[in-house]
Amino acid sequence: MTDMGKFGFTILKERHIDYDANDKSIAEFIAENEPSFRLCIECGCCSATCTTGTFTKFSLRELQIFLKRGENDYVRENISKCMLCGKCTLVCPRGVNTRNVITLAKTAFQKTEKYAV
Amino acid sequence: MQFDPFVIPFNIGLYFILIYAVARSVIWYMGLSRPDKLRLQRGFFGRAFGHSLKEIFLESLIHRKILKSNLRLGYMHMSLAFGWFLLIFFGTIEADFFGAKHLNAPYKAIFFKFFNPEHGSTGFESLFAFWMDLILAFILSGLILAVIKRFSSKVVGMKKTTKLRLLDKIALISLWLIFPSRLLAESFTGGAYGSGSFLTGSLGTLLASFLPARELAYPFWWLYSLSLGAFFILLPLTRYMHIPTELFLIFARNSGIRTGDQSGAFKEIQTYSCSSCGICIDACQLNFSAGITNIQGVYLLKGLRNHENVHDIAYNCLMCGRCDQQCPVGIELTPIRMISRRAGETPPVKLNILERYFPDIQHVTAIKTNGVATFSWLPKVKPGKAEILYFAGCMSHLTPGIKKSMVNILDASGIKYNFIDANGGACCGRPLMLAGQDKEARELINYNSELIWKSGAKTLVTSCPICYKVFNESYYLNVEVLHHSQFIKMLIEKGNLKLKFMPKTVAYHTPCDLGRGSGVYDEPKEVLSYVAQLQKTACEDENSLCCGGSLGNLKISHSERKSIALDAAKELTKDNPDILATSCPLCKKTFAAITNTRVADIAEIVSEAIVVPSSQEKKSDLTLRRKIPVKVF
Repeated sequence: MTDMGKFGFTILKERHIDYDANDKSIAEFIAENEPSFRLCIECGCCSATCTTGTFTKFSLRELQIFLKRGENDYVRENISKCMLCGKCTLVCPRGVNTRNVITLAKTAFQKTEKYAV
Repeated sequence: MQFDPFVIPFNIGLYFILIYAVARSVIWYMGLSRPDKLRLQRGFFGRAFGHSLKEIFLESLIHRKILKSNLRLGYMHMSLAFGWFLLIFFGTIEADFFGAKHLNAPYKAIFFKFFNPEHGSTGFESLFAFWMDLILAFILSGLILAVIKRFSSKVVGMKKTTKLRLLDKIALISLWLIFPSRLLAESFTGGAYGSGSFLTGSLGTLLASFLPARELAYPFWWLYSLSLGAFFILLPLTRYMHIPTELFLIFARNSGIRTGDQSGAFKEIQTYSCSSCGICIDACQLNFSAGITNIQGVYLLKGLRNHENVHDIAYNCLMCGRCDQQCPVGIELTPIRMISRRAGETPPVKLNILERYFPDIQHVTAIKTNGVATFSWLPKVKPGKAEILYFAGCMSHLTPGIKKSMVNILDASGIKYNFIDANGGACCGRPLMLAGQDKEARELINYNSELIWKSGAKTLVTSCPICYKVFNESYYLNVEVLHHSQFIKMLIEKGNLKLKFMPKTVAYHTPCDLGRGSGVYDEPKEVLSYVAQLQKTACEDENSLCCGGSLGNLKISHSERKSIALDAAKELTKDNPDILATSCPLCKKTFAAITNTRVADIAEIVSEAIVVPSSQEKKSDLTLRRKIPVKVF
């Protein structure tokens, strides 16, 4: 990476996913307790139907991607916007139990001292 | 002969349990909230007292509700409870009548035969002895059923029976030993002295013919006393605590005390009133459709009694309320579950022996509304003023057919209304409550309340039973809340809607939150019978099934939901109706995905049946155009 820098090739900070530094423990905790979390194909049906999504930029698809990458700060800030109405669970083509994913994510954040709200 | 050392274990047990029951009742009474204390006082010295006595006789002794739902299981419970009561009652009379003196100590009645071995051989005495033998035979017949049930629950018509802990097992064995040891003790005594009636007398004669009856009688009297004493002393630590607790519960309930969302003494009383009969397991759809057999009400209460972590059990439930409906003791299982959900993860507690006899009453902290706002991003909307508000709810937005039909109906009836969440609104708050997040839910409730209050409406119509239930129970609104089925019925009766009868058969599915949850059973069916032919189903009203889509359950997987839905749909469409009608968008969505029958909401069916006035009919229709006379001149 550093070598490429010599030739003027750089990676933009915001496009940089550092898997070594990221903390995937939250995603692992969720997947362990709700195996259907792994089934998500990030199609975005949940975001399309979301009640909260009509008012804010909240998107469960986005949160799923961030969780899996281990970029937890953004998720922690936004996860409590969810009203748990359950429309996403009904439309999910993969049968992901999204309501439990969100409750588990909240629990995981509360459990990890680093993230506790 | 007035005393013998073998009565000591029984006496210790008896006086222990009597003192214990009084002490525990006092603790419970002190734990009740102030209004509940007043209710109980008023109930105890008022008319409710008579009702309570009647209920104690019918439910605690005869077990009428179990008899109604399952004859064999009911007989088992009745023979043990009512039979034992009769044995004590007539035993006391017998001891008082034929004993050495009146007003005897309780042990005289229980061990009457030992102190009066020759009693029951002549005249009226033998008639009484016959009656006592009959009662004993009645109890023993129930006991045989109970023993068989332990090994094969199908015999009493139960699919599943409850699993027991070690102490429960010891108490169970001592309970099982009580009556056979009495039978043998009385038989040996009868055989030795040539007394006793058809049961103890004949068995005694038979045994005495080849055994030394006089010597063998004494150990069995000891066994009888020991098993009674052991049972009484272990009783508070086991599920048999339900026997004294149920009496308290009946008095409290008849005095008007309800669980609500209070985690206090009344919840505790209900927890200990469970007899672990297992009827809730048989009623549970998670059991018979999805094969989940460890989360039912009986296990929740058992976990609570043993101070275990019930978090997973509490969340794995459809909250359909079928178990509440069928519980023979009338325990409010769903409210207790809601409290357990709010309590969150509770680490299991190991209790010492004293703490197990007198456990603390669990308190879940009340909801704090002031805290970090979660939903501050909700837009500040100024609703238009209208008498009638229509709140579709999140789920109706997912099934736009219902929303459109309701708009169609409201327009056709010519009513001025305001569609409050036409462009999407906040959730009603119940889904958050079901997930144990009451603080967040309260924020949404406040937001919606403000919206409704600002509109100045008198009536709030909603299409979703989930919203209907929470509007009724948790909102402090000064408006009349109606489910759309109730509203449509009102419109039809007032003559605002002109409907035609459609030659179609309809089976109606009662949604859990509307039926058992809110007690609205008849209005939807009445509306349907105006427009189509309503079929009877096997699961009407209180017995309705859950569609499986319930927001109450956070734990079950997609495939388990599907199998519940398939079973429910199969049951409902047995008579091949043209339409499977429901009045809940969530039920509609769940059923539509898995059945070939057309699934429609009541609003959609009514909307189809609206008679369009001839002036509004489409003139572009070819057949209509031909009918217009052509003016030649």
